[in-house]
Amino acid sequence: MKAVIVAGPPSSGKTAVVVHMTRQLLAAGERTAAVKFDTQSSAYPDLYRERLGIPALGGMSGYLCPDHYFISNMEEALAWGRSIRVRWLFIETAGLCLRCAPHIEGVPAVTVVDCLGGVQAPAKMGPLLTLADIVLLTKGDLVSQAEREVIAFGVRSVNPAAAQYPVNGLVGTGALGALRAIRALDDVASFEGRKLRHDMPAAICSYCTGERRIGRRFQAGSVEKLYVPEAGGKGANGGSAA
Amino acid sequence: MGARLEIYGGTDRLGNKEPVEQISLKAGDSLAVVGPTGSGKSELLADIEQLADGDTPSRRTVRLLINDSAPDARVRASSVVATLSQRTNFIMDITVQGFVDMHAASLQKASGAWAGEVVSLANTLCGEPMRENSLLQRLSGGQTRALMIADIALMSDAPAVLIDEVENAGIDKYQALSVLRGHGKITVMATHDPMLMLSSPFRLVMSEGGMRSLLSVSLEEKKCRATLSALDAKLLYARELLRKGGTVQEGYFA
Repeated sequence: MKAVIVAGPPSSGKTAVVVHMTRQLLAAGERTAAVKFDTQSSAYPDLYRERLGIPALGGMSGYLCPDHYFISNMEEALAWGRSIRVRWLFIETAGLCLRCAPHIEGVPAVTVVDCLGGVQAPAKMGPLLTLADIVLLTKGDLVSQAEREVIAFGVRSVNPAAAQYPVNGLVGTGALGALRAIRALDDVASFEGRKLRHDMPAAICSYCTGERRIGRRFQAGSVEKLYVPEAGGKGANGGSAA
Repeated sequence: MGARLEIYGGTDRLGNKEPVEQISLKAGDSLAVVGPTGSGKSELLADIEQLADGDTPSRRTVRLLINDSAPDARVRASSVVATLSQRTNFIMDITVQGFVDMHAASLQKASGAWAGEVVSLANTLCGEPMRENSLLQRLSGGQTRALMIADIALMSDAPAVLIDEVENAGIDKYQALSVLRGHGKITVMATHDPMLMLSSPFRLVMSEGGMRSLLSVSLEEKKCRATLSALDAKLLYARELLRKGGTVQEGYFA
């Protein structure tokens, strides 16, 4: 089975590109399913089922760190894909805080970059972008050629090894090229024992376990405080001394 | 630049073999793609943009060769086929100078001298001149298109340019086409403008999603182009006059 992890910021077009790639696969007679991990709403599995008629699962992380929730459920997702005998399984994960990346060693890693996010976005995306095998640039039709080239350069600067493909999420142009590249990557039989490409953030304070009140007395575990320089002191212009 | 764009026919929407089997364009060539709405112009541009390999609905194959070899997938993303449409916008908040410098840096071209050149070229395409310190977001629609075209012509390494109906953008469209061709770009342009159709040495007629016929501009049509060009100049004159608050009189356009 070809399991493909598709990650990217919210509303960057992950579902749209998966939908267009799936259309190509279905036309070629290849069985495909999708799993969508999300933090707030899991409405999108319905979209996969309704638009494409493919099996789809949705998982909501709720109060858990979405990355921890994601990685703790990888094997279950893969087992589900195997049980319904699909050739392709797209595993989509949204949001994330850009502190880490959901990408796994040896598993095709696709990251979606929204060109409307601006030319600085590639430098800000961290391991999510630097550890991807394939980078899909969406909404490029809405920005100038020059900005597209600057964004592509930004991606190349932080991840020179990744192949980049522009994809139009609305009409699907470019999905083919992306699919060709993903086809060339390895199939995955199991996630057991494989490693994340980047470590995950620690969930170690009271807020990790549902605390909502503000104030020092509600903060337990490992808590780090913002450095605020004293008023009038050296480097004071960075702090709020008022 | 030894670039060549080759398009091999597939099938139209009805599944019939396309009458045009092959088109080959070299640096400096331009092709006008014509046909009513829904005839398949945008699909053809999409096939070219993603270098179709018999795997799009049209089953066409498109090859772009640079010095007789196919470009590396890693550089293909955004720098082989440049695109420009009515929907393309600048999203940066920066001066024209800063914008061009940033583009130059991303292409590993020395910064500094480019902005002046790009601005002068852009100003030949648009009636309202911009300056190097103009802000991108303050440019008019016409200035924006003019800057995009000048930037593609001078800065972009992409050997091929796809243009989807930019005729109403308030720029000198014929000059724009000749600027791109003059800088060695292969230009493929979907258009409804009769003058632009006749300004390209070749035009491809689309219908039912297929490439119906490939025509070259005949001697007869070149004469017609001259007549239409005179008409077009009159229209342009009237437009400028009225825009500036003037009035028109009957004898002007006889």
